[in-house]
Amino acid sequence: MTAFSPGDRVACTIGSSPRRGTYITDRDGMAVVKLDSGYNIGVPSYACTLMESPGLPEPAAITVEQDESLPLLSIISTGGTIASRIDYRTGAVTSQFDAADILRAIPGLQSIAHYRTRKLTTILSENMTPSIWQALARAVYDEIRNGARGVIVTHGTDTLAYSAAALSFMVDTPVPVILVGSQRSADRPSSDNVMNALCSASAAVSDLGEVAVVMHETTSDDRCAIHRGTRVRKMHTSRRDAFGSLGIAPIGYVDYPSLSVFLSPDAVSRGQAEPGLHDRLEERCGLLSFYPGMHPSVLDAFSGYRGLVLAGTGLGHISTTLIPAIKDLIDSGTLVAMTSQCLHGRVCDRVYDTGRDLLRIGVVEGEDMLPETALVKMMWVLGNVPDPERAKERMQADCKGEYTPRSMHGL
Amino acid sequence: MDFEALGLMAGIEIHQQLDTREKLFCRCPTRLRRFEEHSGEFFRYLRATESELGEIDRAAREEMKNLRRFCYYTYDTTCLVENDEEPPAPLNDEAMSVVLLIGKMFGMTPVPQIHVMRKLVIDGSNTSGFQRTALAAVDGSLPNGGSIETICLEEEAAQRVEGEIFSLDRLGIPLVEITTSPCMHTPGEVQEMAEYLGMVLRSTGMVKRGLGTIRQDINISIRDGARVEIKGVQELDLIAEVVKREVQRQQSLLALREELKRRNAGVEQKAIDVTAVFSRSASGILKKAPCILAVLLPGFSGLIGREIQQGRRLGSELSDYAKKCGVGGLFHTDELPAYGVTADEVTELRRAVGARSEDGVVIVSGTREKAGCAVRQVILRAEAAFVGVPEETRKMLEGGSTAYMRPLPGAARMYPETDVLPVTVDPSRWEGIAIPELLSAKADRFEKAYDLDPSVARQLAFSSDPAFFEHLVQDGIPANLAARTLTATLKELSREGLDTSILVEGEAENPQSRRTPVILPIVKVLRDVNEGTIAKEAIPDVFRAILQGTTPDDAVAQFSSNLSVEDLKALIRKIVEERTPFVRERGTGALGPLMGVVMKEVRGSVDGKLVSETLRSEIQRVLNP
Repeated sequence: MTAFSPGDRVACTIGSSPRRGTYITDRDGMAVVKLDSGYNIGVPSYACTLMESPGLPEPAAITVEQDESLPLLSIISTGGTIASRIDYRTGAVTSQFDAADILRAIPGLQSIAHYRTRKLTTILSENMTPSIWQALARAVYDEIRNGARGVIVTHGTDTLAYSAAALSFMVDTPVPVILVGSQRSADRPSSDNVMNALCSASAAVSDLGEVAVVMHETTSDDRCAIHRGTRVRKMHTSRRDAFGSLGIAPIGYVDYPSLSVFLSPDAVSRGQAEPGLHDRLEERCGLLSFYPGMHPSVLDAFSGYRGLVLAGTGLGHISTTLIPAIKDLIDSGTLVAMTSQCLHGRVCDRVYDTGRDLLRIGVVEGEDMLPETALVKMMWVLGNVPDPERAKERMQADCKGEYTPRSMHGL
Repeated sequence: MDFEALGLMAGIEIHQQLDTREKLFCRCPTRLRRFEEHSGEFFRYLRATESELGEIDRAAREEMKNLRRFCYYTYDTTCLVENDEEPPAPLNDEAMSVVLLIGKMFGMTPVPQIHVMRKLVIDGSNTSGFQRTALAAVDGSLPNGGSIETICLEEEAAQRVEGEIFSLDRLGIPLVEITTSPCMHTPGEVQEMAEYLGMVLRSTGMVKRGLGTIRQDINISIRDGARVEIKGVQELDLIAEVVKREVQRQQSLLALREELKRRNAGVEQKAIDVTAVFSRSASGILKKAPCILAVLLPGFSGLIGREIQQGRRLGSELSDYAKKCGVGGLFHTDELPAYGVTADEVTELRRAVGARSEDGVVIVSGTREKAGCAVRQVILRAEAAFVGVPEETRKMLEGGSTAYMRPLPGAARMYPETDVLPVTVDPSRWEGIAIPELLSAKADRFEKAYDLDPSVARQLAFSSDPAFFEHLVQDGIPANLAARTLTATLKELSREGLDTSILVEGEAENPQSRRTPVILPIVKVLRDVNEGTIAKEAIPDVFRAILQGTTPDDAVAQFSSNLSVEDLKALIRKIVEERTPFVRERGTGALGPLMGVVMKEVRGSVDGKLVSETLRSEIQRVLNP
């Protein structure tokens, strides 16, 4: 380790002349120095001498002016790429902005609404937990009760769909609750954060009345799709248009840069529901993706769980060798539901013997629910419905659009 | 002009594409495509972001004055990395090797741990809004005693198709950027140095060739002037002219400054709305304009129209600044009445802004927002005239004059590329880099070792494959024959419109092929010439036959000399005897014309030397029986 602190002015000798720069951090045994030309280089720390220690400059503070005649929106930030900046210590992109920083970073927001901002957490979304979902649901409910015309939740994209499903089940909302993220880091001039944020604000003041995800519809900056919170899934690791509605069409679109909102007739309209909060979750639930050759002992890990969602193959199958272990789980009180790795289409365990065997031992058909949505729903159902039979019925009934009775052609 | 007395200081920044198999941050080929081959397109908006210190670069701010929509062409040879839809792959190690080699050739010191940076560029030429670049080595030396400050490994930008449409085939090709110190003091010296740097780069055998694969930016200042960077000078021959004209421009601007001071001139800060003045104008632009704003420039009369560089006036500079706001340009009173604006309107304009005869007035038109922005830009540039020369990035125009592009960028435009891990340069890797022979040294060596004409030696050394010449010589082909075939014969055939690449490359052009390499046609033909199977005079005909599809074996057979020496002597004797009067009349001077007759008869398939020797003795026999 070197004796330098980030922000120290140093002279490092490389080549024939000393070069001045700012010490940033240590990396793999080298001192990383930002030269006055703007380039970073890594040099052995013995090649550097300290000149002065002015400390790191504070980012310039800009006050954000708001037009209070516009509708009130609430922004709840949880972290993620829509709100990231460069970390001096590691050189990595980390989630650091709070909601006020988002307003500062996306100037157009002020002409759509005025905002109340609330920082719930600052995490990368892979670190999300059911207990944070609960805190988020309470925060959203509070904001609705406190007069927000819409709520925007900024979120990392990795588990954004899980949170969208969780909010869908836990919160009854008369106003739009929009989850938004960005796929390409907010520090880059090409980031999708600006368009996604502006479109989400437009969706949040629109006539919508449900939990939705607003993200790029295509790779171009032309429009965002509005996805129902229980039918949305991240379908690409890196593209802007990673999010898709599965099993249904998007419930609306927001054009860019006009920011005009189009809602489909299937979208739930503003004001349909009374605000409600049902925030109990049963965390002892799991999601298991079946693979050929899976050993029955894998299921031992779920012993004592109150619920297990299986992502089976095809119409909803697992190998027959696993059936006794599943039966043991069910007999000991675990609710087991079947979904499909196909993601598209409906589970049907009445076509083949394996499926019929699964039904016989008490596995619940997850219909056309997405596996992740089914997991979140199971946590919510088991948290709120104590009676096992009624819980089983609830799993097979539509609550927030996660289950559709008809499989539409062409989707 | 005594440039040294003027305090001319110039430096060069060379950008040279590397001839690597793959791009710098993805595994796509480094192949340029025709625009019409594009497989798809998409569009984006770019916007400047804050740097790690919370600043927005002044050059980026300037580009942002207009929110612009950029369209991109994709190809089956581009991927999601070029689309800015996927994180970059690790830095291309082949490109790193080439850059380290170049650094070592200039006697530079490598950066121990190389960090990739993001350089903010929001003119649309990079889908991400930044160009990835890494400082690789520092402090090299130049033959004039000057130095190379830095060498960077960068990704090439996308190529502009037209307007705001860009093509992604070029984006990401590895590029080396070499920056010299401002160590040149005359236009000629700048041009020579650019040539030298290009020669060293080509000596690696690992750089791309052809128009657009190398670009020079030139940094120029004179005493009391300012540093100006001129972008994208592609033609080497124009460099000296560009430098000369920039010196002239800076001198003119300094003289203009003195004149403005002498006149006690100024810049009125407040724009005046003069839309009404032109409501019935014969100028279509002004009549239709929703808003026309005027700036009063007290004491500027005659100076706005004064030429400061060939084809460029102060007015051109003001116009370049205004155009950044999306207006088409501007009018000024030094050029009016004209363009449909009448003398009466000019009088009315002058009255409206309260201009005296010694004052100048500039008008801009457009939407209120755009005109307001343009006026602020005009004021900014007019004020800079009192300082003299503004620090600017400029682009070259045809002929060597330049136009304003944007302010010089500051250091704030760089921040770390966090998606690419730093690369540590192992000392043993550096030690192990073997330095190739410089092309200039190679030319000298060819000249001496093979007794070649200096210009031929130079042509061979600077050709795309100088090793091929030596390969032929090692194969036993006489150096002169090999040199003449490569530099003259092939060129003549190319001039006839034939594609000679098959002769030197062969048809099985698969480097991964494990088959025994086929003998190249050129090698076979030259071997046959050397062995006397065919005459060297037949080479062009044999090549033509091969290029028209004949196999090398058949082509050689077709033109091989089937005359025995005895038959040839008999033929020549017959030809000479038939022309005895002619030979008597011309004496030994008959040799040349008869040479032609013989060669035509044998269709060039015999050795000319043998023919001329035989002919000479036969002529002697006639003359001295």
